[in-house]
Amino acid sequence: MDLGKDLVAASATPLVLAILAEGESYGYAIIKRVGELSHGHVQWTDGMLYPVLHRLERNGLVAAKWGSSESGRRRKYYRLTKEGRAQLEAERKRWQVVDATLHRVWMKGSPA
Amino acid sequence: MTPGSAHASLEEQIGQWRAYLRRRRAITGPDVEELEAHLRDQVGVLTQSGLAEDEAFLIAVKRMGSLDALSREFAREHSERLWKQLVIAPDGDAAPGAAARNETLVVFALATAAALAIKVPALFGLTLEGDEAFYARNASLFVLPFLTAYFVWKRRMDPRQWVWLAVPFLAAAAVVNTYPFRPEPRQTVSHTEVLSALHLPIALWLVAVAIAYLRGRWRDGAGRMDFVRFSGELFIYYALIALGGGVLTAFTMMMFGAIGLTPEWLAQDWLVPCGAAGAVIVGSWLVEAKQSVIENMAPVLTRLFTPLFTVVLLVFLATMAWTGRPIDIKREVLISFDLLLAVVVGLVLFSVSARDPDAPRNLFDGLQLLLIVSALVVDTVALAAIASRISEFGFTPNRVAALGENLILLVNLAWTAWLYASYLRRRGSFRALEAWQTAYLPVYAIWAAVVVVLFPPLFGYM
Repeated sequence: MDLGKDLVAASATPLVLAILAEGESYGYAIIKRVGELSHGHVQWTDGMLYPVLHRLERNGLVAAKWGSSESGRRRKYYRLTKEGRAQLEAERKRWQVVDATLHRVWMKGSPA
Repeated sequence: MTPGSAHASLEEQIGQWRAYLRRRRAITGPDVEELEAHLRDQVGVLTQSGLAEDEAFLIAVKRMGSLDALSREFAREHSERLWKQLVIAPDGDAAPGAAARNETLVVFALATAAALAIKVPALFGLTLEGDEAFYARNASLFVLPFLTAYFVWKRRMDPRQWVWLAVPFLAAAAVVNTYPFRPEPRQTVSHTEVLSALHLPIALWLVAVAIAYLRGRWRDGAGRMDFVRFSGELFIYYALIALGGGVLTAFTMMMFGAIGLTPEWLAQDWLVPCGAAGAVIVGSWLVEAKQSVIENMAPVLTRLFTPLFTVVLLVFLATMAWTGRPIDIKREVLISFDLLLAVVVGLVLFSVSARDPDAPRNLFDGLQLLLIVSALVVDTVALAAIASRISEFGFTPNRVAALGENLILLVNLAWTAWLYASYLRRRGSFRALEAWQTAYLPVYAIWAAVVVVLFPPLFGYM
């Protein structure tokens, strides 16, 4: 499903933060996790994830360090910081408000 | 196709892709590595599910997205990596050739205007030798309006915005030319006059030029850092142009000397003053347009001189402790200690501006901290001497100006040292250090303006 550029951009931050809340991860695994969680409906252009991660790092919401993969290649791992956790909580509240509002208006409109 | 050659071709393809990515200025080495790791993971998963390597590579590259779009996103996030590109082509709708020619014309017109402006007072009988006080007070007013005009033109500022930029220039012209400065007997310039001549360029630079350079971005820390980079690169270009100008002047004198003429007036009244004025505009244009030629100069110079300054400061401290000699407080000494602090702040500022904030901590960071701390110690000693001098002999404009500058730089360095130390101990981020340095810039502007505007009346124009 094509979500449109704005919705993808808006949902990227909470999605990445929420996935990192599950534990330390890296770019490819995050993309894979997004695919799993959305049953393939949320499709990102893979490269675009990295500027998002770098922005979150600059704002101190995630911390990064270089580690190595199973095959011994260098890989950059990201994890949530304390500020990131707080931000995630704030994002969660915001999205719940949007979700609940849409839900109500759609419930009223639909025959079910 | 044997598996071996397929593998070789995959490596080759990845190598080409990597080289292609490296050419993008907004994407640096570690980013390329990170993206490559992603690409390899993707290829690995796809080949495990049964695809041939070259097919897997194509799909992985496609999923990564278009490189143009990708480098645009990276540029948006890491604007510091290509600030010059962003400022050179703000909209990019005019044809590049025509735009560049246009700009060259504007620059040379403005440079000529600045060069001639400095000669205008001569029409009214004010000479460089006889009226040096007038020229010293007004020097920046002959040049900086033209530089501001260049940036107003270049950044396509709205007239409603840029008319306000005339205010600081008019106010400065009014202040320095109407104050009744009273030189001491047998002197042509008074103390407060020298101080305002020294501080006016700083104030105008940090207010009018900075606002024009940054257009709307002067509130933003990244924007201010760009202005710091610009100032540093301009300084280097200016020094190079001055060097060339010196050689030109020397040859002019030598050649005319060979046919028995000594055109000293040509050098003293025309070549040097007009060249010095025009070079500010030309140098700024070079920084803007030919950035890539020299972009690594400021960081290279800071890297070179940070260790040297550190060694000199440490040796000085050791010598002072060993011999027990006190600091001799004369005006020149006060000024040179201020300059020393300013140089240290400059070294820190430029290495901060050139550093990739995400790069890991290294030995150089430790050295930088050592430099700051040793400058702090040297300065505390000097400050104590100044303070005792003031309590003994009272306030003079020079002492107060020196003391004020000293305190301003000291506060900056002390907090910088603290931030640097917490960064090295992994308690803080490098961004905090950058933010502190850019947030501090207005303090210099305010202090310079205070010295220009308030000092003369406070000290009775002495």
